[in-house]
Amino acid sequence: MHLWRDLRGTLQPFWVTLRNMFRKPVTIQYPEQRREPPPRYRARLILTRDPDGQERCVACHLCSAACPVDCISMQATEAEDGRRYAAWFRINFSRCIFCGLCTEACPTLAIQVTNDFELAGRDPLKLVYEKEDLLVDHCGQEPDYNFYRQAGIGVAAPRGSNPTETPPVDVKDLLP
Amino acid sequence: MPEQLLTYALILAKLGLIFFVILTLAAYLVLAERKILARMQLRYGPNRVGPFGMLQPLSDLIKLLTKEDFLPATADKWLFLIAPGLSAVTALLTFAVVPFGPPLEIFGQTLPLVVIDLNIGVLYFLGLSSLAVYGMALGGWASNSKYALLGSIRGLAQLISYELALGLSLVPVVMMARSFSLTEIVMAQAQIPYLLLNPPAFLIFLISVVAESKRIPFDLPEAENELVAGFHTEYSGMRFGLFFVGEYINLIILGAMITVFFLGGWHGPYLPGVVWFSLKVLAICFFFIWVRASLPRLRYDQLMHFGWKLLLPLALLNVLVTGAVLLWIG
Repeated sequence: MHLWRDLRGTLQPFWVTLRNMFRKPVTIQYPEQRREPPPRYRARLILTRDPDGQERCVACHLCSAACPVDCISMQATEAEDGRRYAAWFRINFSRCIFCGLCTEACPTLAIQVTNDFELAGRDPLKLVYEKEDLLVDHCGQEPDYNFYRQAGIGVAAPRGSNPTETPPVDVKDLLP
Repeated sequence: MPEQLLTYALILAKLGLIFFVILTLAAYLVLAERKILARMQLRYGPNRVGPFGMLQPLSDLIKLLTKEDFLPATADKWLFLIAPGLSAVTALLTFAVVPFGPPLEIFGQTLPLVVIDLNIGVLYFLGLSSLAVYGMALGGWASNSKYALLGSIRGLAQLISYELALGLSLVPVVMMARSFSLTEIVMAQAQIPYLLLNPPAFLIFLISVVAESKRIPFDLPEAENELVAGFHTEYSGMRFGLFFVGEYINLIILGAMITVFFLGGWHGPYLPGVVWFSLKVLAICFFFIWVRASLPRLRYDQLMHFGWKLLLPLALLNVLVTGAVLLWIG
């Protein structure tokens, strides 16, 4: 017989529920009250610019290759100064699973996540974001990084004149 | 002749009043249950429609009325259509014998605050409460769905395992009041309610009544995480709504029955009888909601064991002891 145990197990829950009835509910009343998402929250993706105000994206397709649901697509082009960029860049947010793998893959820190999670809408086609929707006017979470100043290909400044670089060695000046 | 007409008119008036009060109360009981359950689970519950969500029952009604009234292709059409009505009507009918206040004196005439004071009110209640299971059983059977059928079979099996204890726990009450009439049972409790005179009968009745209401520790016919929605799986729209309302009307009726049989009906100090009666019924309703928030569902065999091996012998023993004591007192 577990009579005592059973009786306690039957009566104790009543005390628990009664006690909890007079506590403050933990619900956040969403549209009126909002909780600030954590700083590393992964939601809507953006394309950031470097500190000089130029596009960071070099259209290398690594993000679209890393994307598990294939929601990123783009067309690569090259400008006259040798700077590569995306002619168009498209993210289908109705497919995106917000895994953040694209941001891990991005070599130029161009594609980044934000904590804006309020993407819901009635028309799925409105969730297809084009480049002008994605491109923002700031550096996102990486304020200092500028790919073309590290890459050594002389686009942002002549080769060897960036702070971390040394001027190129003219191998021919050692020739007799 | 006008005398008789007046009586009929009064009965009709009382019926209309009760109908209105019960249906409104049932609708707001749904809201109260959702709110109280929510508070017990640290949530707010419905609070969007109107101030504090007070218009929620209305919006629920509109939603149910505008939904599709779905009839499964293989269902037994007529039974399927009348089953929800059965469960709501049997629940409503029971209230005809419930005395909700002391007799009123108006214009030199006594006006009993009960629709009809049957001299076999207890039997009427027991009979209707057994009939109420037909709504559920036929609804489940007519749906021609395995979950619904399992639900209604469970409901029937549950009925026979608690109904005996339910009936037997009322025998001591009838013996002590020496009457089957609910009004006289309440009159007999003027000094001291039967809750204090015969607590075992009260406990057995309370447990059986929770089983009768088919609510949480004994909600096997619905068992939403085993049987989808049990006997009303196939119902939609207002027919589902009728089942739902029937359940809450039943809750009020059973609360009224506990009040009449064990809590002394309308008797109480200071406040008028009708107020005391409503307060007691509402307290019982709160208790039902509280039970739902607190206890898990019993397994099927546990309910059968509990009904047959514990409640029934206890109820029989209680009848014997009460009879012996009454004989000894004389």
